[in-house]
Formats: sequence, structure tokens, C-alpha cells
Amino acid sequence: MATARRRTRSRTRRSRIDASPDVHARRERPPIVQLRESTVVYPGGHVGLERVSLSIDRGEFIFIVGSTGCGKSTLFKLLIRELEPASGSVHIAGKDINAIPKNRVPQLRRRIGTVFQDFKLLPNRTVYDNVAYALQVTGTPRGQIKHQVRDILRMVGLGAKLHSYPDQLSGGEQQRVSIARAFVNHPPLLLADEPTGNLDPETSIGIMQLLYRINRSGTTLVVVTHDREMVDKMKRRVVQLHEGRVIRDQAAGMYASEEDTTEFGARMREELDVGSEGTV
Amino acid sequence: MGRLLFFFGEAYRALRRNAAPSIAAIVTIAITVLLVGVLVPVLKASGSKTDDVRDQISLKVFLFKSAEKSEIKQLRETIEATPDVAAVEYISPAKALKTLERDLDEKNILDAINNKNPLPPSFNVRLDNPDNLESVQSALAPPDPSGSPQPISPAIEEIVTAEQTDQIREVTGAVKILLAVIAVLLGIASLFLVGNTIRLSIYARRREVEVMRLVGATNWFIRWPFVIEGIVVGVFGAAIAVGILFVGKVIIADPLSDKFALIENLNTIAFAPLVAILVGGAMVVAALGSGVTLRRFLQI
Repeated sequence: MATARRRTRSRTRRSRIDASPDVHARRERPPIVQLRESTVVYPGGHVGLERVSLSIDRGEFIFIVGSTGCGKSTLFKLLIRELEPASGSVHIAGKDINAIPKNRVPQLRRRIGTVFQDFKLLPNRTVYDNVAYALQVTGTPRGQIKHQVRDILRMVGLGAKLHSYPDQLSGGEQQRVSIARAFVNHPPLLLADEPTGNLDPETSIGIMQLLYRINRSGTTLVVVTHDREMVDKMKRRVVQLHEGRVIRDQAAGMYASEEDTTEFGARMREELDVGSEGTV
Repeated sequence: MGRLLFFFGEAYRALRRNAAPSIAAIVTIAITVLLVGVLVPVLKASGSKTDDVRDQISLKVFLFKSAEKSEIKQLRETIEATPDVAAVEYISPAKALKTLERDLDEKNILDAINNKNPLPPSFNVRLDNPDNLESVQSALAPPDPSGSPQPISPAIEEIVTAEQTDQIREVTGAVKILLAVIAVLLGIASLFLVGNTIRLSIYARRREVEVMRLVGATNWFIRWPFVIEGIVVGVFGAAIAVGILFVGKVIIADPLSDKFALIENLNTIAFAPLVAILVGGAMVVAALGSGVTLRRFLQI
């Protein structure tokens, strides 16, 4: 029963991407992320992403799953314009990010928070300085920095560790610092690349709670993960990539169906043959 | 203002952490600036010295003893009308004798040679510019069809350009070029060394740069600390060199100039402008070095 509902919802999502009648209906508020047939080819010919179309609405919480080398990191780099698509387009909040001039790219990145598996904290700076760094580079006045950093660190539960250095913190605490840094600007979009990849299950739950809380405040979250349990428990939209292509896009999905890729492909084909029983 | 503080803070942080290569670059710049600091006054002094010599470059036009007064007068007018001639001075045999006596520091030469002055009259032709020596010479004695010079007046016995002056011209020119080449080479060496320091600093701080890019720092915001780091290296190096130069001036040059009027009188550069030039030059070279390196190695 539950499976049937999931399948229905998943098809609903697909029809929105392909026919995209909803895009026109929502013109006044475009999706926060919209990829159209984006293909990324690395120097040397390796294809990182192949004709990926993906639309993410504001306020969504979405998991990107897939085996190593499936193109998840490429997708991330595409969204912050570290990479440019060989074909297709990438729109963030309705703007084609590859059309903006290069010197405006930093402004784009200020509106996208990023969290990584290895935290990317600066080891020779305190917790406070690490978070303040994100504001300093954008030219925020000192007084405001002080205020915002203290607030955000209190929110992630590190209000008492302002002056610790990263190597004095546990992995979970370090990830909290990195989330604080990504969110201190209150960006509308937060990308997290395996945020719990280095953490034990107990700590992971805390991190996920934090991300959930951020999502509840209105920020769109895109989380790349291998954490099967987490995805299954959260029951959120799941996009599965395989060899640079989207092979599954499911609302309230699981980390993976029990079937393997071939079986999955067969099922998808079968489902599409059934026709349109989905409702919008 | 806060931004500037941030840049300097970052540069200071980088210098402290990157101490070894920074010190290497500072020492190299110090050595370079020291050498340039010695070269510039020497160059300036040798320049002023050769300028003196060049002012003295002149043509001597010796006349036949039998030359008529009218011929001499006419020739003088002709020479004065020649382009590039600044002044013409007639030297009578009597005056030439006096000069000779003075130069040899011996009175009454005439007594020794039977009271008969053997010296011919001559013109001392001064030029407006020593480089025009040859053109004036050929104007006074244009080459005949066979190529050997023929004086314009029968009164002229011989035209002499002091051979020495040519040699002086060549030698001082070569010295100047050599010094300039050394200075330029040293400048290039320090450019590369600053560049290398910045390159190491970029490598040491690639994590910072990565984070800066992720949180949306503009390219120049990322670059400035490196540029400032380079300039600080330049200023430190120059400061050390200037300190050594000052000590050298007080201990070596000043006592010497008390003893030898020559050194004191040299028309060389004063210490304050020299320091300004050296520090300014070191800063420019350092900023250039970091700028070029940033362009090549900081992919942002």
C-alpha cells in the first residue's frame, strides 16, 4: 500500500519535470534549483553528468543518493558554478547562473551555504573565527559579525565553545561549526555533501536534527548522503544518480529499493507503460 | 577600514606561519637592495665624473706657424659658424708656452731652447655635445675623394681629437651599462624570489582560499592578503638593507669623506632620496612578484 503511494508520487514528480506545466503556473516564484538537460564533460572526455533535469522547490528537503562516482559531487560543483555545463542550463532562483558574469559568482556563492564531509574548517582559527570568516569576506561590519556569529553558534549548540580550536572538538561538534558557517548568512539554499559521512549514528542524528531545523526555517536543503538509515527514516524526496544520470526521483523515498539497477529500470519502464494515473 | 585590518591580519598570519620562505625572500631582497643601494651612488658619482670629462672634450686645431693673421681670423669665424660648436678659443704660441710651463711645473723653458718658441698657434674648439665630435671634425676637414681628410683652410696644420677622450667615453659607457645590467638582473632575481614566496604561501593557504571561495569572497578579497604579504616582505628586506647602508655610511663613507675631499665633492645622491627610491623600488618589485604569481597560480 505504502509502496504504491510512493510510486504514484514519484511519477507525479516526473511529469512536473518533463511537461512542466507547474513551472508556468508558479512563474512568480521559480524553483530554487532548476537543471535542464545539463551535461557536464570533464577535460579528457569523462562525462560527469548526462542530461540531468532536476527541479527543486523552495523549502524542500531533498536527498541525493548514489554510489561513488555517480555524479553527486559534480552536481554540487555545477550548482555553485565550480563547473559549467557543456550543454543544458542551471537556474538558481530563476537565474541562469552560467549567464551571470564571472565576477558576480561570489555573490551567487554567498547565497548558497555549503557543508562537507571533511568540515573544511581552518585549523588555526577558533570556532568563532571560523564562522566569522564567512561574514568577514563579505564585508559585514564587525559589530554585526559578533552578533550573528554568537547567535548562530548558540543555535547549533556550541555557544560555550567559541574559543576552542577545531582539533579540540569532536567530529559532530566540528560539523556543527561548519553548518554554522554555512548558515550564518541565512542563505536560501544549503548544500550538504555527506554531512554525516564521518560521524557515528548517534552524532549523525544530532546533525540531521540541526539540518531539519534549518530546513524548517525556510531554507532549501540538498543533502548528498550514503547514510541509508537516515534517508529511510526522514522520508523525504530522494533523487538517485547513477553514472551521471537521474534514475530515480521519488517524494518521501527510501535510500534504495531492494532491487538492483536492472530490476529498478525494468520497474520504471513498466510503470511508465501503465500510463498516467497520477494526479497533480 | 575593518577590511584593511582583515587583510593585514591575514598577511601577518601568513608571514608568521610561512616564516622560512618569507625570511629567505626578505634576506634576498635585503641583499639586492643593499647592492643597488651601493650601485646607485657609485653610478651617479661615476656619471658626474664622466660628465666632467665629457665637458672637457674638445678639438684642437693646430695651425701653421706661418699662418697669416687674416687667415686665422677668417678660420675662426668659419669654425664658430660650424654647427655644434659651442666656443672657440685662440691659443697663441705664447699662451701655449705658459700652459706647458704650468703643466710641467718648470719655468723658463725658453731659456733651454734658445729663446725660440716652437709651439704653433692653435684653436681650442669646445663642442655643445661631446657626441658631435665626429661631425664637427669632418666639417673642419671633410674627406677628399680618396677618403683622407682635407682641412678647410690652408692655415690648418693638424686637427687633433684627444685620443683619451674616446677611450674615456667608451670605458664610462661600458661601466654604466655593466652596472645597469647587474642592477636589472638583481631586480629580476628578487622578483622571482618574491614570486616563489607567494607561491609557497598560496600552497600553504590553499585551504583558506578554498573556504574563501566557498563562502563567496570576491577574487580581489582573496588576492589582497597575498599582495600585502609580498609588499611587507619587500619593505622588511628594504628596511634591513637601508639599516646596513646607514651603518656603512656612518662608519665608512663619512670618515673617508673627511679625509678625501674627492669623495665629499662627488656629485652623488643624498641619503634620504636614496632610501625613498630603494624602499619604493623594493615595494614595487615585491608587489609585481606577488601579482604575477597570483595570476599564474591562484586559480579563482
